[in-house]
Amino acid sequence: MLKLQNITKTFNAGTVNEKVALSDLSLTLNPGDFVTVIGGNGAGKSTMLNMVAGVYPVDSGNILIDGVDVTRLPEHKRAAYIGRVFQDPMMGTAADMWVEENLAIADRRGKKRGFKWAITKKDKAKYQAALAELDLGLETRMTTKMGLLSGGQRQAITLLMATLKRPKLLLLDEHTAALDPKTAAKVLEITDRLVKENELTALMVTHNMKDAIAYGNRLIMMNAGRIILDVAGEEKKNLTIEALLAKFSQASGAEFANDRALLN
Amino acid sequence: MDIMNWLGALPGAGAQGIVWGLMAIGVFVTYKILDIADLTVDGSMVTGAAVCAVLITAGVNVWLALLAALIAGMLAGLLTGVFHTALGIPPILAGILTQLMLWSVNLKIMGRANVALPSRQFDLILNNKEVWTTILILAGFSAALIALLYWFFGTELGASLRATGNNLNMSRAQGINTNFAKVLGLMISNGIVALSGALLAQYQGFSDINMGRGAIVIGLAAVIIGEALISHRSAGFIVRLLSVIIGGIIYFAVYQTVIFLGLDADLLKMLSALVVAIFLGFPYVKKTYFKKSAGKGGKTHA
Repeated sequence: MLKLQNITKTFNAGTVNEKVALSDLSLTLNPGDFVTVIGGNGAGKSTMLNMVAGVYPVDSGNILIDGVDVTRLPEHKRAAYIGRVFQDPMMGTAADMWVEENLAIADRRGKKRGFKWAITKKDKAKYQAALAELDLGLETRMTTKMGLLSGGQRQAITLLMATLKRPKLLLLDEHTAALDPKTAAKVLEITDRLVKENELTALMVTHNMKDAIAYGNRLIMMNAGRIILDVAGEEKKNLTIEALLAKFSQASGAEFANDRALLN
Repeated sequence: MDIMNWLGALPGAGAQGIVWGLMAIGVFVTYKILDIADLTVDGSMVTGAAVCAVLITAGVNVWLALLAALIAGMLAGLLTGVFHTALGIPPILAGILTQLMLWSVNLKIMGRANVALPSRQFDLILNNKEVWTTILILAGFSAALIALLYWFFGTELGASLRATGNNLNMSRAQGINTNFAKVLGLMISNGIVALSGALLAQYQGFSDINMGRGAIVIGLAAVIIGEALISHRSAGFIVRLLSVIIGGIIYFAVYQTVIFLGLDADLLKMLSALVVAIFLGFPYVKKTYFKKSAGKGGKTHA
């Protein structure tokens, strides 16, 4: 479903701040793969997601989504294939627009936006039903401005917006990191349900090793812009945090330099 | 005090206020919806006036002249939009560049610094002799414009402009071409501003190269006054647009009044700018200097 071929990206090339973010990275996701991505700070996790989404151009390599080469497509055109949820709950929704208006914007992803009414009666019923399934009581707040909702509520709606029009690929960039533990768990549960119900192919970056092991069917670990571990199926199910840490120090020759991952 | 004179001047101030209120709706589109402070308007307002005056004096039908003014303004907005999106110039600077270019363009359109447009000589739709008829016509323009914008911003395309002004990241992630949205918004805004310039030229009976100086400040003042006195952020869209027109009327009523109270007219632009600065700065000052210390200890997202 997603094919990354030899992706390389260097930021600030030729300056003292030169930083190799991705180094000859290749990755293939099969349809239905739900891949969790872990790695230390600066490992290239978010950069990889941003490359796929088209936030920055790649230096070299190719990106294929469902066989279509999207390497040169701008971000807004790639959006036709991709649903995204960001770390910052404020980033995924329009604060001054109503909940239903945000959903209507998401419902037109990949379509031409013309002079048809932005939101119809039929739409409203559909969004209300979808919101009710989140089980957060949001179905009664269709005409509340997004900015008045909590981070967890906004993140749940962003998830809904990312999956409302079934995307070929769902990108989750530490989307629960900014939430309190209880809300984070709830949003993760919704994520898991939406991915399974819609049979989505997803990449989920997380700092939480326990979540990385518990969710998805495949786990990749990144370090210095490369994938240093890629496990799936039974092998992934049997992973432990200790084993992951050991693999990390073995592969990178360093301790896993991230307190957050250990604390979780 | 010449109270009768003051009363007599009020309808004129009202008419002027509506014209500038229309102009301020153009400012509203960029400043409030797209979140861009677009300084093109100081130039595009004159462009509208110049195109309209020159065409009417050349014998063109007044409605066609208004249409031409609208299109000329949209082209000015297009230029600012291209400067900003295709060349990556910050929007304020892009607007200033276009504004400066328009100074020359406007002079070339008019052939000189001003063009007289006397209502007794030409068939105009409004003038400052029949003030009440003029007010009626301007009210019609306002109603039509508000209805049109209400419709447009309710469409899929209009919603994509609102989303762009709200959150660029979200908009692009949802497949909105944010550059296109910005250019389109700038075109709509400057089209409206040029149209109001064309109406102003007819009302005052001339087009002048200096008539747009500080237009952005008057437009912002109308937007801010309307928001402070009538609507607030959660008001409906029609109320918000209507409050901009009323803000323009209040601005000119106050303007007329302070002149009658004997204020030196030379100081008016300074006062306008100060009033706008105070209103724009108010939320920041309140947040920064009068904050309760309860917010310490990091922000929470949940």
